[in-house]
Amino acid sequence: MEELQSLMGGFQVALSWHNVAFMVIGVLLGIVVGVLPGLGGPNGVAILLPLTFGMDPTSAIILLSSIYWGALFGGAITAVLFNIPGEAWSVATTFDGYPMAVKGRAGEALTAAFTASFIGAVSGVVLITFVAPLIAEFALRFGPAEFFAVFLLTFCSFIGMGKDNKAKIVIALCLGFLLAAVGLDTISGDLRMTFDVTELMRGFDFLVVVIGLFGVSEIMLSVEEGLQFKGSKAAIDLRVVLRTWASLPRYWATLVRSAVVGMWMGVTPGGAIAASFMGYGLAKRFSRNSANLGQGEIEGVLAPETAAHAAGTSALLPMLALGIPGSATAAVLLGGLMIWGLQPGPMLFVEQKDFVWGLIASMYLGNFAGLVIVLATVPLFAAIMRIPFSIVAPIILIVCAIGAYTVSNSTFDIWLMLVFGVVGYVFKKLDYPLAPLVLAIVLGDRAEDAIRSALIGSVGDLGVFFSNGLVSTLMVLSLVLLLWGPLSSLLASLRDGLGGSRTPRSAP
Amino acid sequence: MSSTVAGPERGLSRRAVEATVAAFLILLALLALWDSYGRGAGWDNGPENGFFPARVAWLFLGASVLVLVNSVRQPDQLLVTWKQLGLVARVLGPLVAFVAMIDHLGIYVSSAVFIVLFMVVVGASRWWSILLTAAIVPVVCFLIFETQFGVPLPKGPVEALLGY
Repeated sequence: MEELQSLMGGFQVALSWHNVAFMVIGVLLGIVVGVLPGLGGPNGVAILLPLTFGMDPTSAIILLSSIYWGALFGGAITAVLFNIPGEAWSVATTFDGYPMAVKGRAGEALTAAFTASFIGAVSGVVLITFVAPLIAEFALRFGPAEFFAVFLLTFCSFIGMGKDNKAKIVIALCLGFLLAAVGLDTISGDLRMTFDVTELMRGFDFLVVVIGLFGVSEIMLSVEEGLQFKGSKAAIDLRVVLRTWASLPRYWATLVRSAVVGMWMGVTPGGAIAASFMGYGLAKRFSRNSANLGQGEIEGVLAPETAAHAAGTSALLPMLALGIPGSATAAVLLGGLMIWGLQPGPMLFVEQKDFVWGLIASMYLGNFAGLVIVLATVPLFAAIMRIPFSIVAPIILIVCAIGAYTVSNSTFDIWLMLVFGVVGYVFKKLDYPLAPLVLAIVLGDRAEDAIRSALIGSVGDLGVFFSNGLVSTLMVLSLVLLLWGPLSSLLASLRDGLGGSRTPRSAP
Repeated sequence: MSSTVAGPERGLSRRAVEATVAAFLILLALLALWDSYGRGAGWDNGPENGFFPARVAWLFLGASVLVLVNSVRQPDQLLVTWKQLGLVARVLGPLVAFVAMIDHLGIYVSSAVFIVLFMVVVGASRWWSILLTAAIVPVVCFLIFETQFGVPLPKGPVEALLGY
């Protein structure tokens, strides 16, 4: 097994003492990020990214991806104890987690949530370990046309699978592409859409946009809801942990189901949020005691957490193998790769073996460290939530401002952050999705390069996108995903029309 | 955007905001189209540099028009109450002041002022906790960023007095 050998090499990289230290720091920071409102996975990673500019890429990605794991764990703490989802993907965890906490079973609920997260994450990492190298190897054959087709596939699946208003998803994507195009065009050397404003010559940095869209806007939303934390007490001792673990094998079917759903949703850019709801929905449909779900059933915690983590982790698979992120946080990490001087894409597996396998090994270690740390420190992090919001909010905003400034030492970027904060607030109020926007900003230039190279190669003939089996398949798949909504409702209505007595399945 | 919705709680109407935003997006799309076609969005030994943005902008325009049309057709709802908007303004006000101050006072002094402003405006804090937070946070930030990471943040006259 070549992968196992590479993985062992990766463990050697990841187990150096300073990388382990970064892992622990990252997980701790990540839990803070996950617990606090206004600091989420994408935003937390974006703020800290500038600090890693000078670091060795492997250590940097270990630090940042550990923040991601920590944030995934942290979201569950507030969901269970405070009924406030620290992250959107822990909304479904509140359905049963909080009722459990109210009944005095907070320790059990938290242990279940963390363990489920760990199981989900590890299944995602296993998938990455064995599937990502194969995809990368396959993708080495890709030319510009194939790459553009893969980009198109990503964007189409966002539109087709997204639950938001389709027109708004398209708007978010297009806005991202246009923002990415502002500034110097690398191929022609011309300035685009700067309208003679000097500050726009550098273009919009995706980090500044992410900090504004996810950080500042989140604070504004939290304020609007008039934040009042009312939490349950949490104490986890070893007995509770062991008792909960002993009960877990009973729920193997739920765990497996959620892990599979999560992995699928993570690889296709459905994302952790959709995965957590699907995991919960499936548990509700198939569980033996589905009637009790929603009133504090351990299964209702296990299902969404496993799915969310499996998705969150699997989102790194396309990022590593193809250079196409499956989630907003993965998009930020991908942007980091480019800043550290690594070229994302399938060549990463050939040219940067140490980096890739170090990262994959750190995913196993980081999630294990995360599980142990989070179990040990729950009371500490629950205490953070008791700090008044009027103290926490300005600190978060200051940290956001510092993060925006450090991207390129420009105070103009802090103003931009503010503007995007307001944009994010308005967009969230009106249900415009933000993840596609971020994805498009990060991928915009590369998608454009791909289509331009492909068209130059074919002298303007659009037939290049259907010139061989591979690229045609990808294009057709894109169209199917794009039209998935109308197609599936057509199929459903056909099935109903044929007199099927079964109730139509609700759309995922 | 001043139309209100009748009901127990008054506030901004969703339809009005939705339409305003869509109109603004249409304007952005037209701007992008104007800029792209101005530089050339056709073919000149390869796609010109306005080629891709122009096509994206057309799509953008179409989707924005669709949202505008839908916003008028849908029944109106309350998007946000005036009370909520007031709360948001109480955060946004100090934040704008903070960003405006950074250029002149540096980030550390501005942070202290911002914390005081924010906590006073939002209320619900005793004066000593406000002063304590305003004093500790900038110092901790300074220790972390300036001394630990060696990241130079914007500094003003006060830091210059202290020799930084």
